[in-house]
Amino acid sequence: MKSLKTWLPALTILALTPLAQGDEFTDEDLKRWQAEYEKVMEKGEKLFHSTLGSNKVSCDQCHPNGANTHPETYPKFQKQLGKVATLREMINWCLKNPLQGKPLPLDSDEMIALEAYITWERRGVPLAPGKH
Amino acid sequence: MAVNRRQFLQRMAATGVAATLPFSLVEISWGMGKKPTTEHESFTFAYISDSHLTHIKGNQFTRNFDQGLRKAIMEVNLMSPRPDFVIYGGDLAQLGKREELDHGLELMSALRPPVHWVTGEHDFYLDMGKFWEEKISPLYYSFDHKGVHFVVLNSILTYEDWIKRWSTPMERMLNMARLDNPQGSPFMVGESQLQWLKEDLAKYDVGTPVVVLSHSPLYKIFKPWNFWTDDAEKVQKLLQRFQRVTVLHGHVHQVLYNQIGNITFYAMMATAWPWPYPVSYVQKPNQVPKLTVFMNRADPFHERDGTGWDILDMDSGAITNHYQLWMNENRTVAFDFKLEHPVDLKYQAPDKRIPPQFHY
Repeated sequence: MKSLKTWLPALTILALTPLAQGDEFTDEDLKRWQAEYEKVMEKGEKLFHSTLGSNKVSCDQCHPNGANTHPETYPKFQKQLGKVATLREMINWCLKNPLQGKPLPLDSDEMIALEAYITWERRGVPLAPGKH
Repeated sequence: MAVNRRQFLQRMAATGVAATLPFSLVEISWGMGKKPTTEHESFTFAYISDSHLTHIKGNQFTRNFDQGLRKAIMEVNLMSPRPDFVIYGGDLAQLGKREELDHGLELMSALRPPVHWVTGEHDFYLDMGKFWEEKISPLYYSFDHKGVHFVVLNSILTYEDWIKRWSTPMERMLNMARLDNPQGSPFMVGESQLQWLKEDLAKYDVGTPVVVLSHSPLYKIFKPWNFWTDDAEKVQKLLQRFQRVTVLHGHVHQVLYNQIGNITFYAMMATAWPWPYPVSYVQKPNQVPKLTVFMNRADPFHERDGTGWDILDMDSGAITNHYQLWMNENRTVAFDFKLEHPVDLKYQAPDKRIPPQFHY
């Protein structure tokens, strides 16, 4: 373990740094962050309307505008899985079964994009975790 | 591939489905209210719709959707008494491909009763109905059966400028096939067909029961998904002078019924997959009929849940619609001559409804 003496110069600099550099952001930042989100959401919208599996079926065929996906209710108990599952696990279930395809890694860009689109289409609906 | 007798019996034995089939239909009698003024014989017919057979490559098709249509055909063939005919309500194909329509015709050739065909947008927009007209059926026509006048309309036409917008026929087809497409275009019957309808109906007495068969609903429910016909009011106006009119349509893949003036509307089940009610999409307003008791929310873990077909009879003097729901209890919606609109015989009263019928 390094001694306090070693850390002291660094701690002194931190203490002298103005607070304003902490967590203050501008309208420009907000716009940029929203644009970043929308870019991912739009990618998800394209994936959702593509044939991601092996049988030419796409997500929107059962879920136009993402309807009946109910992202606001996850995590929730799925009796067929026998456990409380997340939205991403259900997306993978759909990819494997109705779409006869391969599941996506849960932290993949594609999975995050699909989640971004599905939740965007459900914006404004209050969270209802566990609801059936 | 058509199913031969032996394969068929093997499958029935394997699934044990025979015991649940509607071998006899419930007779419904109505003791009050207005009856039709003209006599017609009682009869039944079946309605199969929205199979969306999807070509993958070579001789491969999406298994799930093939299975839905095969199941409906097997069950219709087992009906006793045999229905006088079957209506196919449109969207036999997913992308109007010759492979898909040919495959559909092959499966449908196993049906024993004769078929009257209605075209859907998925059958039509690749070649603008050319193959359908040449090999399957006229796009609009009428026929009489036991005192009832049936009219088939091609209600999935749209505006010329939209049709010409696309660089290839497949681009046009794909844009029409996507239900939630912001670049979509509303369905319509169109002026020349309206003129034909006017002339066709002119020959009939106001007491003749009229049944109109269309793919899209001939009223307005939700434009963003084309649960909609742009000139629906013009069609309704031509039907106004008749005492009893029923419109049977596909397209919406759900239990849906409504009454507008003298016209009763029923949506027929799809064999392929169920669609959400527009109330489940909260970003845009809808006009889903308040009269409808929704079907159960589909369980995605059961492939055939939320799908099925319909048996219809004319025993009461108006259409009675027996929804054949494969994974749920069957439902019967019949015209109530006292209330002057259709009612679900079990679930119509709000206190009779069950939790899965609530959609959100």
